[in-house]
Amino acid sequence: MSAFNAIGEEREIDRDEFTPSVEPQPTWCPGCGDFGVLKSLKQALPEVGKTPEEVLTVTGIGCSGKLNSYLDTYGFHTIHGRSLPVARAAKLANPELEVIAAGGDGDGYGIGGNHWIHTARENHDITYIVFNNEIFGLTKGQTSPTSPKGHKSKTQPSGSAKTPLRPLSMSLNAGASYIARTAAVNPNQAKEIIAEAIEHDGFAHVDFLTQCPTWNKDARQYVPYIDVQESDDYDFDVTDRREAAEMMYETEDVLNEGTVLTGRYYVDEDRPSYLEEKRAVGELPDEPVAERYFDEDAEWERSYDLLDRHT
Amino acid sequence: MSDDELIWRIAGGSGDGIDSTSQNFAKALMRSGLDVFTHRHYPSRIRGGHTYVEIRAAGHEVQSRGDGYNFLLSLGDSFARNPQEEAYYGNEEIKPLSENLDDLREGGIIVYDEGLISEEDVADLDLEERAEENDWHVFPMDLRGLAKEHGREVMRNTAGVGVTAALLDMELEHIEDLMSDAMSGDVLESNLEILHESYETTKEEYDFEHDLRAPEGSHETEQALLSGSNAIAYGAIDGGCRFISGYPMTPWTDVFTILTQNFPDIGGVSEQVEDEIAAAALAVGASHAGVKAMSGSSGGGFALMSEPLGLAEMTETPLVLVESMRAGPSTGMPTKPEQGDLEFVLYTSQGDSSRVVFAPGNIEEAYEQTRLAFDIAWEYQIPTIIIYDQKLSGENTNVDVEFFDREPEPGLGSTLTEEELKEAAHDNSGKFKRFNYEDAENGVAPRSLPGQKGGRYLATGNEHSPVGHISEDPDNRVFQMDRRIGKLDAIREELDEERPSNQTYFGDETAEYGIITWGSSQGAVQEAVQRLNESGHSVKGLSVSDMMPFAEAEVTDFLESVDEAMVVEMNATAQFRGLIQKELGRFGDKMTSLLKYNGNPFEPAEVVEGYEVNLADEDRQPTAQVRIEPAAGD
Repeated sequence: MSAFNAIGEEREIDRDEFTPSVEPQPTWCPGCGDFGVLKSLKQALPEVGKTPEEVLTVTGIGCSGKLNSYLDTYGFHTIHGRSLPVARAAKLANPELEVIAAGGDGDGYGIGGNHWIHTARENHDITYIVFNNEIFGLTKGQTSPTSPKGHKSKTQPSGSAKTPLRPLSMSLNAGASYIARTAAVNPNQAKEIIAEAIEHDGFAHVDFLTQCPTWNKDARQYVPYIDVQESDDYDFDVTDRREAAEMMYETEDVLNEGTVLTGRYYVDEDRPSYLEEKRAVGELPDEPVAERYFDEDAEWERSYDLLDRHT
Repeated sequence: MSDDELIWRIAGGSGDGIDSTSQNFAKALMRSGLDVFTHRHYPSRIRGGHTYVEIRAAGHEVQSRGDGYNFLLSLGDSFARNPQEEAYYGNEEIKPLSENLDDLREGGIIVYDEGLISEEDVADLDLEERAEENDWHVFPMDLRGLAKEHGREVMRNTAGVGVTAALLDMELEHIEDLMSDAMSGDVLESNLEILHESYETTKEEYDFEHDLRAPEGSHETEQALLSGSNAIAYGAIDGGCRFISGYPMTPWTDVFTILTQNFPDIGGVSEQVEDEIAAAALAVGASHAGVKAMSGSSGGGFALMSEPLGLAEMTETPLVLVESMRAGPSTGMPTKPEQGDLEFVLYTSQGDSSRVVFAPGNIEEAYEQTRLAFDIAWEYQIPTIIIYDQKLSGENTNVDVEFFDREPEPGLGSTLTEEELKEAAHDNSGKFKRFNYEDAENGVAPRSLPGQKGGRYLATGNEHSPVGHISEDPDNRVFQMDRRIGKLDAIREELDEERPSNQTYFGDETAEYGIITWGSSQGAVQEAVQRLNESGHSVKGLSVSDMMPFAEAEVTDFLESVDEAMVVEMNATAQFRGLIQKELGRFGDKMTSLLKYNGNPFEPAEVVEGYEVNLADEDRQPTAQVRIEPAAGD
């Protein structure tokens, strides 16, 4: 018998289950794009058949980090930039958990950049949602790694001299096997993409454009967006690495000129997830390690049995 | 200094196989019935540079490296590239011979490889003259030539062991057995040939005028040769640890490697990750999801772990970290021991943070306290740190095999099953009160695991309500803080009342002079106390392991019972003495310090001398390499 009965439970799941029934009310500003992420997660999770108790949402610091305060799953609100290593390990400890990591562009692309690259490289089977509003929100409006060049803020008063980071291209180069961009202003697409990302076996990176009505009023997320798959202007194969790379590059150029393109950019169903890779080389047991601690019949090896090599 | 012991030093360049050869020879000595203690000295480089391993072997218990040595096998540095005296690492070919001579005892033996070390170089050392002065017995042997003739040049180690065995009048049996275990085919045959040839040649060519012979001894039970890193790794396995994450850094890497290599067979998971922040954060994530997890590093890497450490404390995620100290600050001396990270490990991380810190003093304590660290961490949901150093990491000693014959303790401590969760407190929303302060025992509120039915909550590094929601409510803040900090008192009580003491006492109980130490300096102090008592002094010793919560009662009793105490530690700022004063708030006028921070661990004679200088009450310092720090007010 499993020690984790909430995992794999089959029943009708109501999206309201994901809403905490009492406080806290979100502290996000009115009109904040973060509401869009919360909403699309609440819609996507029942759709893919996940119960609140089998989902672990791991967040970083910033407005985005409060996601799991307002989403009723198991949650771990970590520290600035560190959601991914915590999430990775939770998945390795118990691969049957549905692990979703989330954070902002400052949190994930800035301070957590190193973890992001390596999580993508290893293709961990987790979903990673980055609330990208091109600004540091909770610390009150400083320039972020995705803020456009020339962006003026209290910490870049003369306009940023830095070229913005290209999150989609970075993720592709690093090795993520599912890469998409969506936006809070397009809830239907957002829900679909989040659902797909959750179901994907491997590292699914969703760059989620979220408007910041308080600190980044000029952000281009307000302009109409175009779905790259649905537009005739952009014809490419999402499973083709080269074509995807080219599209991402083009998109990331025009994003800074005021055109917002969203949609799926890269989907590689063939690349094994890190769990599979690790199992294949004998470094990950078939059964979740976490289960073992509840198994009364489990045999626990003793160091005493390893002493032969020392005698 | 007893004469019934062998301290064999094999010296060469890094990459010359000094380590593997010494491991085998130490094992052979252990198998012949002797107690052994090894000490490794090596530079931070892969090939070349002066390196040595010392093996102390005796028919009685040995607790430290001893003082000096009495047998030098100098192989020369075959990787030496730079002949300049003042070169960066000073890596001349002859260094393995010249660098070692000052510590060689009177009547000692020198074997050097004349195949690698030239006659002119030896002449420059005035070796003949010095040998006469000190009654050294010098045996130049063409070890390289011998090895080449029967196998390959690298096998000159084996030739050196053969010569050693002949000169000490040892049987070759154990050495042969160990070789057969480690090698096969042509390699084994060549090595055996070289071993026998060098043995016979030595016996034939030389008259043995020296007194040194292999000591005799016997063990009543089977012995195992283990390092401190082994002991920590095995303590973790028996404590139920099945997840380790890390980033390589000397000397912590040994623990990481040992667990990584064992985990595939015993169902554990090991991750080598991008940096130490990730390493500790992974351990937190795995622990949160229900696996007993550990991570670790050495000073510089541990610095990066400061924030996940605080996160573990605030979210009450059980976690074990190990910190193997090396000389600092910054990258310091990567391969040299120091006890300089104590204050850092005790206080790193922001806020009124608390953790449990144990500092084992020898191999057995390293094993015991690592097990205990897992037990306490999971019972009290608090980060627990094992602080040790490069010395304890790398030294090998023999341990009674039966010491390890005990059952593992894989339990998850105060973690609930789904059945228990049904009965546990939930709030109106149906959420589990994971951080309940109302009926928490000993400050501990039992936890649930993601995936369990009825256990949903939020773990956050922010201050939080009983179900885990971020909260700045002043009353809740005070309740939660008091509960978390209160764990330390509860742990101290448990350690004092329900567990055997982690502190080690030695010497004459009634003595009015005390020597206090901590961590890996224990062995040298223990031996020094023994010697002092044997030579008519009355001294007692205390080696402290419980750094936080501090072993307050025991240290108080000890200090109250003596007129004067000397605190011995390997750092320049008397960190442990400072801790005693901070924790106990008195005794400042009773304590002096004996400090050493030159990269080498204490030898017992240095502690003896420190005591003598202190007692003589003279205004002098013992030697250039150690320092006396007077008592407060002196």
